[in-house]
Amino acid sequence: MTNTLLQIENLDVRFKGARNVHAINDLSLELKQGETLALLGESGSGKSVTLKTLLRLLPEKRTDLGGRIRFDGTDIMTLSGRALRSYRGGDVSMVFQDPGLALDPVYTIGQQIAETVMRHKGISRADAMEVALDMLHRVRIPSAERRMKNYPHELSGGMRQRVMIALALACRPRLLLADEPTTALDATVQIQILLLMRELQREFGMGVIFVTHDIGVAVEISERIAVMYAGQIIEEGTTHEVIRNPQHPYTQGLLAANLHDVARGTRLDAIPGSPPALETRPDACPFAPRCPLVMDACRQALPPTQRPGPRRRVACLRAGEPIPA
Amino acid sequence: MSATDKPLLSVRDLKKHFPIKGGILGRTQGMVQAVDGVSFDVAPGETLGIVGESGCGKSTTAKLLIGLTDRDEGDIVLNDRTLGRDMTLRALRRDIQMVFQDSYASLNPRMTILDSVAFGARVQGLDDPLGRARRLMDRVGLAADRFAHRYPHELSGGQRQRVNIARALAMSPKVVVLDEAVSALDKSVEAQVLNLLADLRAEFGLTYIFISHDLNVVRYISDRILVMYLGEVVEIAPVDQIWADQAHPYTRSLFSAMPSMDPDNRTEKPPLAGDPPNPIDPPSGCRFHTRCPLAGPVCKTRHPVLGPRAQGSTHWVACHLHDAHSGHPEAGKVVPA
Amino acid sequence: MAQTETAIAATAHRGYWSAVLSRLRRDKVAMTCLVILGLLVGSAVFAPWLGLADPYQGSMIARLKPPGAPGYPLGTDEQGRDMLARLIYGGRLTLFIGLMPVVMAFFIGGALGVVAGYVGGITNTIIMRVVDVFFAFPSVLLAIAISGALGAGIVNSLVSLTIVFIPPVTRVAEAVTSGVRQLDYIDAARASGASALTVIRVHVIGNVLSPVFVYATSLTSVCMILAAGLSFLGIGVRPPEPEWGLMLNTLRSAIYVNPWLAALPGVMIFATSLCLNLLSDGLRSAMNVRD
Repeated sequence: MTNTLLQIENLDVRFKGARNVHAINDLSLELKQGETLALLGESGSGKSVTLKTLLRLLPEKRTDLGGRIRFDGTDIMTLSGRALRSYRGGDVSMVFQDPGLALDPVYTIGQQIAETVMRHKGISRADAMEVALDMLHRVRIPSAERRMKNYPHELSGGMRQRVMIALALACRPRLLLADEPTTALDATVQIQILLLMRELQREFGMGVIFVTHDIGVAVEISERIAVMYAGQIIEEGTTHEVIRNPQHPYTQGLLAANLHDVARGTRLDAIPGSPPALETRPDACPFAPRCPLVMDACRQALPPTQRPGPRRRVACLRAGEPIPA
Repeated sequence: MSATDKPLLSVRDLKKHFPIKGGILGRTQGMVQAVDGVSFDVAPGETLGIVGESGCGKSTTAKLLIGLTDRDEGDIVLNDRTLGRDMTLRALRRDIQMVFQDSYASLNPRMTILDSVAFGARVQGLDDPLGRARRLMDRVGLAADRFAHRYPHELSGGQRQRVNIARALAMSPKVVVLDEAVSALDKSVEAQVLNLLADLRAEFGLTYIFISHDLNVVRYISDRILVMYLGEVVEIAPVDQIWADQAHPYTRSLFSAMPSMDPDNRTEKPPLAGDPPNPIDPPSGCRFHTRCPLAGPVCKTRHPVLGPRAQGSTHWVACHLHDAHSGHPEAGKVVPA
Repeated sequence: MAQTETAIAATAHRGYWSAVLSRLRRDKVAMTCLVILGLLVGSAVFAPWLGLADPYQGSMIARLKPPGAPGYPLGTDEQGRDMLARLIYGGRLTLFIGLMPVVMAFFIGGALGVVAGYVGGITNTIIMRVVDVFFAFPSVLLAIAISGALGAGIVNSLVSLTIVFIPPVTRVAEAVTSGVRQLDYIDAARASGASALTVIRVHVIGNVLSPVFVYATSLTSVCMILAAGLSFLGIGVRPPEPEWGLMLNTLRSAIYVNPWLAALPGVMIFATSLCLNLLSDGLRSAMNVRD
């Protein structure tokens, strides 16, 4: 459990075009083997871009990349051809938000899973179908034999997401990336999928990076949380630390905005304003314009990263100070 | 709502079934029972929250209320006047307005914000529509001087939803239907818009029907909560009562499906298995019996009726467990939580 | 709620069409095409005042002179008529026949499509099935058949070409309208108590107009070629009337004697269609509100 599975160092992602967007700015992150990390952030915070960068899915012509990403010691920024294909889908796989779009409508789900297994493991079709059936059992799809012959549109949303997970895990990846996999689902189905993913993680022992905008979901799924804002990680720690003792004013604001135990009719402590557009690279704290604790120093330079504990960090000059009501 | 208050809006036995066309000749092959016999009252100044999963008919109910979808059956009574009898659709639409979920799709991309807000007032022939629109824009926190001539794509999601709220208010409606109006917003922006909605409610004496899948949001804004399942109302009660004690097994499952927000005490068992059934051919009897952990033989055959839990109670539920004479083996006993 | 969300860079306030125009003005290709088209149309309209030779006056001794011959800047045709004059005068008829049917079809087909798309149901079925019947025939065949039935002549070819172009315009307008119809802002407008006519006028037409307009622009070049085809078959414009399609046809036989001369009417048709297509591309991007 102590080996590092994934190491991201000083990652920069900039989209070029009519308007430049500095999507990721100096992001560093470490994931150990078998760990589940939630990347928590709002739209435009760069959490999905981070996942796509990890799979090298960004269009290369329109993207400037900087920094290093090492997966189990291999530099993935230099992978190409065969090595890249075996990395994608073999070592690392992804579960998307909308399984309706991510599954191919013209193949049965059995065929789709078997196809992936054959490609990566080089086994016969019959063996691959066995693996596919086993996977459907593992994601608790009832009457899996019959479901193998179903097309994606014949399944309900929750079932499709289970198939998507089976597909992602069929090749026994060592890292699973999940991009808001439960956002499109109903509440009673969402909790089923979350618990299933937790069980499967224990069973397969892979590392998981789970992108979400929902703190409640992050709490249910992950042991660690990294909070993103404006393409940076502004706070990281165990789920317990981040939820029980949030240090960054943004994290504190997000927790307050969750309305979990806000009394009815009281005014909400809303974070004013909206996130920056990131047309230029932030050279000061990007949260400063919305921050209730802002000082002059926050507007002059990027805040230094404080490390109040092992694997705990906060990028804030006033980390841990309470927000005045 | 206490019994002495006269309701502002009454909905009686509202029904909408959508035909499913199929085959070469386009014949009707089935009916989606989107809304099937929904009734409720809303008192003036009250906020009624409607919750339920996809396919439960909450959005269809919203569209029926404002006449965007024609109802098959049922009455909509506003201020003692019944739609289609002594009230026209046009008159109804002056008093009931709606805010949609998708803030971008609900604004005409080629119209300036000011024109969009003023459109309704113009149509209804109210005086000084532009002045009205400007005042409302200022009121919802979008300075008219700066934003009046912008286009929707130049605004953020939160700003656009403010425009939609201003547009709904431009006709001085009595009731505003908010259909997942804050669901697409980021959490930090959602809180700002909720504060705004609460302020406007107090200032203009508005009555809200607040539809959402997020129970925390519904609890924050609502006075009463109505729970729908497959086109029917299964439970309706004041927020505090339902929060403390959910009578219907479905409501209870919905509540326990909420993430715990407690890293030391995470959810260990999903409250329900499987997805909500298809509303095309809803189960017989109680529609929830296929997923209900407490279902008895009577639930498969007899349809439970929505009624008060106890004599005179404001907590209404449609479940055989709460009807001592239903024939359910557990009926009338204290239901285990 | 005093703090509004941080603003997006302030943009100048102006109407939709002036914004489209200013974007179009920055598009060099589209502007070049616009200038060329302007020259073509302008010269055609003002042909009698340009001091050109008589386009009908032939000369037996000056037949098939190559371009650049003294007195004939673009040479002469098989009857010794001045090519420059005939090309410019020819533009009058050609452009008229090329544009009018599309303009008519734009209004008629657009209206049919918007009604079909907005009202839906039975109305939609009736309009669209009738349109489908016309779609069953290749457009060239349809134009020939209708022109043949109506008899030769300019008015009749205008009518037949208009009928040919109504179905595709209706199709596009219907598809775009039913897409727009689904959007929440139409529901919001209906919910404010506006009548169907007001909703269509204020909210539907503006959003349907630009794709249909762009599509219609691209039809103009097809229309010019079809019109030339009709003249070629003798059911459109009749000789000695100058018209590019007809000229291309009669000069065909001179292709071995003087290929440049024979190519000239074709070059005119080609240049006009190309310019129209490029201009409609430019319009498409200029009309896109989201940059």
